Amino acid sequence: MTEKSKLGLDFNQVAVAKQLAKQIADQVQEFVDGYTTVTVERTLCRLIGIDGIDENEVPLPNRVVDSLLEAGVLSQGVLYFMGNAILETGANPQEIAERISAGTLDLTSLPLHPLPEIQKAIQPYIEQCLTRIKGNVAKRNEYLNTIGEGPKPYLYIIVATGNIYEDVVQAQAGARQGADVIAVIRTTGQSLLDYVPYGATTEGFGGTFATQENFRIMRKALDEVGEEQGRYIRLCNYCSGLCMPEIAAMGALERLDVMLNDALYGILFRDINPQRTLIDQYFSRIINGYAGVIINTGEDNYLTTADAVEAAHTVLASDLINEQLALLAGLPEEQMGLGHAFEMDPMLENGFLLELAQAQMTREIFPKATLKYMPPTKFMTGNIFRGHIQDALFNIIGIWTHQGIQLLGMPTEAIHTPFMSDRYLSIENARYIFNDMRSIGEEMEFREGGICRERAKTVLNNAIELLQQIVQEGLFTALEKGIFGDVKRPKDGGKGLAGVVTKGDNYFNPFIKMMKERW
Amino acid sequence: MSGGLYSMDQKDFDQTLDLTKVKPYGDTMNDGKTQLSFTLPVPCGDEAVEAAKQLLKKMGFDNPQVVYFKELTDGFTFVNCYGACTHTVDYTTIHVPKVESTVWSMPETDDFIREHIGRKIVVVGASTGTDAHTVGIDAIMNMKGYAGHYGIERYDMFDALNMGSQVPNEEFIAKAVELHADALLVSQTVTQKDVHIQNLTELIEMLEAEGLRDKLIVVCGGPRITHELAKELGYDAGFGANTYADDVASYIAQELDKRMNG
Repeated sequence: MTEKSKLGLDFNQVAVAKQLAKQIADQVQEFVDGYTTVTVERTLCRLIGIDGIDENEVPLPNRVVDSLLEAGVLSQGVLYFMGNAILETGANPQEIAERISAGTLDLTSLPLHPLPEIQKAIQPYIEQCLTRIKGNVAKRNEYLNTIGEGPKPYLYIIVATGNIYEDVVQAQAGARQGADVIAVIRTTGQSLLDYVPYGATTEGFGGTFATQENFRIMRKALDEVGEEQGRYIRLCNYCSGLCMPEIAAMGALERLDVMLNDALYGILFRDINPQRTLIDQYFSRIINGYAGVIINTGEDNYLTTADAVEAAHTVLASDLINEQLALLAGLPEEQMGLGHAFEMDPMLENGFLLELAQAQMTREIFPKATLKYMPPTKFMTGNIFRGHIQDALFNIIGIWTHQGIQLLGMPTEAIHTPFMSDRYLSIENARYIFNDMRSIGEEMEFREGGICRERAKTVLNNAIELLQQIVQEGLFTALEKGIFGDVKRPKDGGKGLAGVVTKGDNYFNPFIKMMKERW
Repeated sequence: MSGGLYSMDQKDFDQTLDLTKVKPYGDTMNDGKTQLSFTLPVPCGDEAVEAAKQLLKKMGFDNPQVVYFKELTDGFTFVNCYGACTHTVDYTTIHVPKVESTVWSMPETDDFIREHIGRKIVVVGASTGTDAHTVGIDAIMNMKGYAGHYGIERYDMFDALNMGSQVPNEEFIAKAVELHADALLVSQTVTQKDVHIQNLTELIEMLEAEGLRDKLIVVCGGPRITHELAKELGYDAGFGANTYADDVASYIAQELDKRMNG
């Protein structure tokens, strides 16, 4: 790295940290390569065109995969049996899935064709899928080249009414006020469902179900308002939980732009089994990488349970690991929305300087990443007036350190999901500061031996120490010890382990190679 | 200097404080001055301002002023307003049910438990049902605590288990039985469509069905929880916003002492 650090960071140390993180990621990958999961297989179903639900509202991808799981043959992979069934029946994947659901077809009782023939039979459906996703990428690029986009940091707001049609009203209002990214918060508990609900939905707790139809409705609404405003509006959802890669597939098919996508978050904060979700994450990131989706990682959440000053190095260490895991999945650096947050106690003396050092350090260590910067939440008290100032300080650091995605803090954080007016006040706050201080990062330098430089050095050194420890123990053991977010998660604990299956001799998934090579 | 810096309002009202007739205070006793902001689902313009003023009158505000208005999106207008409240309340007759315990520091509570209980108090806490938020239960239970108030895990004389979020009531109760818990702490953050009420009610019903209700101190907490609501739902106590581990720990120690030692 030839770039000079404004913080006086030692880039040799940064290289050491990245090398350690790579070793950790490689260890994880070695494990991941041997397995598939029920949701990875359901994802393949979705990608080859299987959609819809049965009379009990069970999604057809679940019916297909469950039939193989129950027969004890899922280790061979759904594409193997589907390709075979195509050869046997001449029907397409959707028709085959409908027959399985109706009970008129059993994939495992069909005569088996040789593997190369099976692979050939499924290939057109794979290419059809990739063509569609490539079309979505092209459409996004066309928008970016014609109507353009807002300057970074992108202003990111959430909508969370529970009703997709109400969300549309709120989202369009937010876009008109200046938001660049609209995130539709998922309903409480969706991350723990081992299926993806179907159709347009109007009922949810604290958020709206992520369904493919809801994605489509919101995409259309944001394209409309984007054209009207002359600015591409990005759509964000949550590719986490037990259906991680399925949501990635749905997002790729419906042109989502940003996805929360972090196994570590699910492990720590949703108690999802570590093995399950790291396997799921790999395929989901391959899909996100191919579809041009910016992933967001959830390190900011560590600071809601652990202390932001003491645990700052765990955020950096986790960002470094997440970067390497993403690279292994072929995700470009520009699509990495590595997470961090402004979560120090506002009563701390010089807390602003420590926050500034952390943000600038993160910027310099991941120079190409579209960093995701999270606003204060833990110390938002219901005093909306002080809260608005906390958000202003957060915005100052966002523009100063060139963050990629600025999640807008709401003065009413900790009170309610945002009102339309809360969003207006937050956007006004950010736009005012971003404009008023646009070039402050270029004007200001960090004093040698000063608080910011010393702080960044300490955090980087602590992160390296932690990474060394994780290299010795492995990521799974580190998670068991509660290194991240003070939360302890055993390798065999949590939800979803039963859905993990060893890959068998006939297992194949051409999407991995084709997507990574940008077919 | 522009106009408006000096209050030109007539002050022809009684300016002595009467606790039987309390109203908001701006800068003069009994001026009733109140600030409000809200959004009306109407297009921006003079009509929107007039609509806001009429609404303020109906809310009981004299001299309504709309000091700022802005169209948020087509058909929605945000307003900042001031008015003089015409209503009063009788402060002298107000009775708010409160948790009746003295709030002690961590060492004081630990000492009290050593002396009066003579063993560690076992507490199990969780954010139950579909609620994925751990912020409340963490603030009360985790070692670190919140805003300088150490959590119950840090107390010498508490054995505390924080089960985290999305804990089904069945599992919560099973754990309480397994650990011979003295007290249960339930945190509820998500309150959309009153999901917390259903959840809290279910727990009490299940405890009653299993004959466990009287054997446990059962406490709930969260930003929308009040002691009054908690009592209504069959809890021993409720802790709302701005309460910390000290409040909860001292209450549990004193309540258990009452139950054990009369």
